[in-house]
Amino acid sequence: MLRSLHIEPRKCTGCLQCEMACSYENEGVFNPARSRIKVFNFHEEGRMVPYTCTQCAEAWCLHACPVEAIVVNHATGAKEVLDSRCVGCKVCTIACPFGTVNYQQATGKVIKCDLCGGDPACAKACPTQAITYVDADWTGYDRMRAWASRTDAQPAAGTPA
Amino acid sequence: MGWHNKVLRVNLTAGTCTPEPLNAEWAQQYLGQRGLATKYLVEEVDPKVDPLAPENKIIFATGPLTGTAASTGGRYSVITKGALTGAIACSNSGGYFGAELKMAGWDMIICEGRAAKPVYLFIEDGRAELLPADGLWGKSVWEVDEIIHRTHQDPLIRISAIGRAGEEGVMYAGVVNDLHRAAGRSGVGTVMGSKNLKAIAVRGTAGVRVKDPARFMQAAAAAKEVLAGNAVTGQGLPKYGTQVLMNVINEVGALPTRNHRDVQFEGAGHISGEAMHEPRPSDGKPNLVTNQACFGCTIACGRISRIDQKHYTVVNRPEYWSASGGLEYEAAWALGAATGVDDLEALTYANFLCNEQGFDPISFGATVGAAMELYDMGVITDAETGGLRLVFGSAEVLTTLAELTGRGEGFGREIGLGSKRLCEKYGHPELSMSVNGQEFPAYDSRGIQGMGLTYATSNRGACHLRSYTVSSEILGIPEKTDPLASEGKAGLVKAFQDATAAVDSSGLCLFTTFAWTLGDIAPQLDAACEGEWSVDRLLETGERIWNMERQFNLAAGFTAKDDTLPKRLLTEPAKTGPAKGKVNELPKMLPEYYQLRGWDAEGVPTGETLSRLGL
Amino acid sequence: MRYLVVGAGPAGVIAAETLRNTDPGGEVMLVGGEPEPAYSRMAIPYYLAGGIGEPGTYLRPEPDHFSRAGIDFRHDRLLRLDAAAGQAHLAKGGATPFDRLLIATGSSPAVPPVPGLTQPGIHTCWTLADARAIAAAAKPGARVVLVGAGFIGCIILEALVERGVQLTVVEQAPRMVARMMNQVAAGMIKRRCEQNGVEVLTDTLVDGVAERAGNGEPFKVHLKSGRILEADLVITATGVRPNLGFLEGSGVETGQGVLVDENLRTSVPHVYAAGDVAEGRDFSTGGQSVHAIQPTASEHGRIAALNMAGVESAYAGSLIMNVLDTLGLVSSSFGRWDGVADGEEVALRDDARQRYLQLQFAGDVLVGANSVGMTQHVGVLRGLIQGRFRLGVWKRRLLADPTRIMEAYLACAASPLPAGGAQ
Repeated sequence: MLRSLHIEPRKCTGCLQCEMACSYENEGVFNPARSRIKVFNFHEEGRMVPYTCTQCAEAWCLHACPVEAIVVNHATGAKEVLDSRCVGCKVCTIACPFGTVNYQQATGKVIKCDLCGGDPACAKACPTQAITYVDADWTGYDRMRAWASRTDAQPAAGTPA
Repeated sequence: MGWHNKVLRVNLTAGTCTPEPLNAEWAQQYLGQRGLATKYLVEEVDPKVDPLAPENKIIFATGPLTGTAASTGGRYSVITKGALTGAIACSNSGGYFGAELKMAGWDMIICEGRAAKPVYLFIEDGRAELLPADGLWGKSVWEVDEIIHRTHQDPLIRISAIGRAGEEGVMYAGVVNDLHRAAGRSGVGTVMGSKNLKAIAVRGTAGVRVKDPARFMQAAAAAKEVLAGNAVTGQGLPKYGTQVLMNVINEVGALPTRNHRDVQFEGAGHISGEAMHEPRPSDGKPNLVTNQACFGCTIACGRISRIDQKHYTVVNRPEYWSASGGLEYEAAWALGAATGVDDLEALTYANFLCNEQGFDPISFGATVGAAMELYDMGVITDAETGGLRLVFGSAEVLTTLAELTGRGEGFGREIGLGSKRLCEKYGHPELSMSVNGQEFPAYDSRGIQGMGLTYATSNRGACHLRSYTVSSEILGIPEKTDPLASEGKAGLVKAFQDATAAVDSSGLCLFTTFAWTLGDIAPQLDAACEGEWSVDRLLETGERIWNMERQFNLAAGFTAKDDTLPKRLLTEPAKTGPAKGKVNELPKMLPEYYQLRGWDAEGVPTGETLSRLGL
Repeated sequence: MRYLVVGAGPAGVIAAETLRNTDPGGEVMLVGGEPEPAYSRMAIPYYLAGGIGEPGTYLRPEPDHFSRAGIDFRHDRLLRLDAAAGQAHLAKGGATPFDRLLIATGSSPAVPPVPGLTQPGIHTCWTLADARAIAAAAKPGARVVLVGAGFIGCIILEALVERGVQLTVVEQAPRMVARMMNQVAAGMIKRRCEQNGVEVLTDTLVDGVAERAGNGEPFKVHLKSGRILEADLVITATGVRPNLGFLEGSGVETGQGVLVDENLRTSVPHVYAAGDVAEGRDFSTGGQSVHAIQPTASEHGRIAALNMAGVESAYAGSLIMNVLDTLGLVSSSFGRWDGVADGEEVALRDDARQRYLQLQFAGDVLVGANSVGMTQHVGVLRGLIQGRFRLGVWKRRLLADPTRIMEAYLACAASPLPAGGAQ
């Protein structure tokens, strides 16, 4: 079974070690601005939410790419950006409805989570196990939606109108 | 590596932002942050300068490990001549601002002069500019945060700002970053306000590199393991925060209460870390929402609290219903025990106000405690307070004074003077529980003897964070000593002072040292920075920094006579608890301390000491 | 089952591949009208700028991709459709029988009826062949007039600047990219152009281009204002229209494009249409529109193919969206960026730093957006619009600070956070 990143926001303390590990692993530098995973801080609620690509089955980014620069790694299920082919047209960045493909002006390419080839640095760096890499078929758009509605305190919000 | 070798010099008078190379030689001698920025300050500022004059400077400095993956590697310090104390001031803060500054490619910012009109500094990576702060002046830290994010359309801008307290000349105004992390002490925010500098906003996307990344990652990972496995940093602090101490310190009879009249507070249990976890009768929810980490921190001791919406302080005021920075131990003590108030929600509200308007809860609470004692004695009357009855234990008085002080209004202007100036004004300087004008934190030195020497010799006025001998005397870290004994404390204090100066210069959080020794820190620094960094070198660097700070203060006019404690601690015995009957034995400790320091009988470093340290 | 896919752009290629995967037993023929491997128009600006070679524009990099996939890829053109007979008449292949046909013939440049605008040496910028011709003529220092500052004009603009030409852009509308950006956003894009030495003449009509005195002589572009621009190269980018000519008499109903239902079926049984040529369901309006954009092409292609292969799939509608990079200034446009009746809007602008974010709401649902200078998490604008997520309390928070869009998305769409909170 393919493994996926399992994120439990309730355990997140907002330390950003995941962002540091991600940027170090992928770019060789400590730089959250280059991280593929981002922690969002809901300060009104005192909640932190790590967030990255779910490697969704729909693969909007991959289908929208005009030059086949995003491909599936069949070993991990990750949708990976091939730097050598990416022309920087950014169509994937608007096609991905999760906002997890981002354009880097410094390189003229897009970046997204590639699960570090099957050994995600963010999960290893997380001190509270808010991010784990597990055998579970539970990511993807529908799962996220179900998850949201199940725990949502306000029925009016978070549900499609 | 570790350092970017780049300093931003901001001349507020001229309105210019100029990059300059970091003095690499000084970095080898003073490491970074506290040490290195103090070196810049002592080289550039006349120690006798009026802290609020344009000739004073204020430096925002990162350490070499700030912005790296080292646990807690997100600290920065604000260094200046303190408004509250007139002594060297170095206030340290976490949150995300320091790391962001480093990510933008800067090691430190030196602000000099005074802007003709309010300005804020906006830094986007290599680009820095001063912008008019017309729309920000008069606003709280929280409003400034919102406005700047909206103006520059980037939620990831990190902001360090003063609130109204810093504008209004509250003498212990702090600099608050990321809404509720603060460089809180000594009036560094007052200095910032005097320069008409409202805020520094930073967005950094350049990143940070280290000398030997592979070795650094190994050292950082090993050190993180140590933190995770330690009972204090792995369990106590994440669960209770520093508030884990409230009941402990009360039990040992070292919880200063009602302006140090007592050493135990009957209401401690109501304002403790444990109490913050208890569901409230009113709404069934605990005061504490969650713990939170600063940048890079794998301890996560920060408190995030929510005030009971039905509490009198926030009824019909939804702007205070959001979660925000909750009570740390020092704040809970100062707002609570020092004033005799045991209403956890009122304390939380007062703490919110301290963050919102940018003033130090320790000095504020302690000053309120002093004012309450003066009121109790009939020295301060309703005529001065505008009818506010300053009785010990009154939550309403506490929260009203917090509101007034933050805005610089009414009797809040008096409270904003700090306890030393307030008590002098009312003819009772002896009632100010302070050293060099800075109020004590939350440890009574009659019950923890080493803290008396710590306070008396602290270079920034009374402070627990210059040598936290509580670690040894109460918690047994690194080894247990008797809190009621003064023997051996001189050496203990010196060792803590030197090690702390090194930690404060590294970019790391002092709280790591509940678990880490310098032996855990040195390998991280050594892998990250140019030069070779051993434990011995760090201790020597710490000692060099300590003596440099001391020399600044001596040149500023402080003498051995200032290395003392208020009469109450030296002559009025503790009334209850294990320390009952004890006073602080400073006179027994101080001569030995001078000797160990290599200072003469007047507390002046000898020529030999200075040359040994290369000063 | 014999599948015939006409058109080898993204819609056609993705449809052919989807057919191959969905119906392994079927025969899939893919017909491309240009004498090139299947390539992407979106990549042409990068080819023009010199960042990639021609192969870098190919939709599928492996030369034998289609043959290995079992797709019969041919260079040919559709001349006429005899739907009743189940036959397509190809220029080279002649009468070609099919069981299911996909029309994915894309669109062609629409050049306005201005005298002299179609003379030799004046190029449209649509095909790889166009790009080769422009690349040959756009030498450093060459005076270039670009007629049209719509999306296509704007995406090649940067490439032309990078080639070192002296560029003047002429646009008849009052602003650049008028169909995807409002006045503020378009104004920022214009200023970025001007800051980079590009002259931008909006609200400007071309009267005509005089016959050249001879090869090597400059073109003289006459403007309505009376001004005459001398140019070594004139490029027109004045919009595109669907390629429909071959459908005359076929019975396939057309409007602006080929009218298709939610299954991408045309009015004629077994005939489908996808991509630029199709006029299908418009997510935002509920009506039908031609959306000549890459994401719609790929979605159309995939869903049409599923239906052709018997896997009933409905298309929720195409959301118009675009992303543009103008000399380093990234901008985006989504859905009803121009707002809806009784809607609400919020905008933040910073002219000095060229940043702008404008959101349009219908009730507490996001329906459109324009952004300038935003490169992070832009896709959630699509996510929020297309998910029709109700924003609840976050609408107020977004009205106060629209840059919190990612938080709003997480709170309302993708995380277990209560959308409520304290305020």
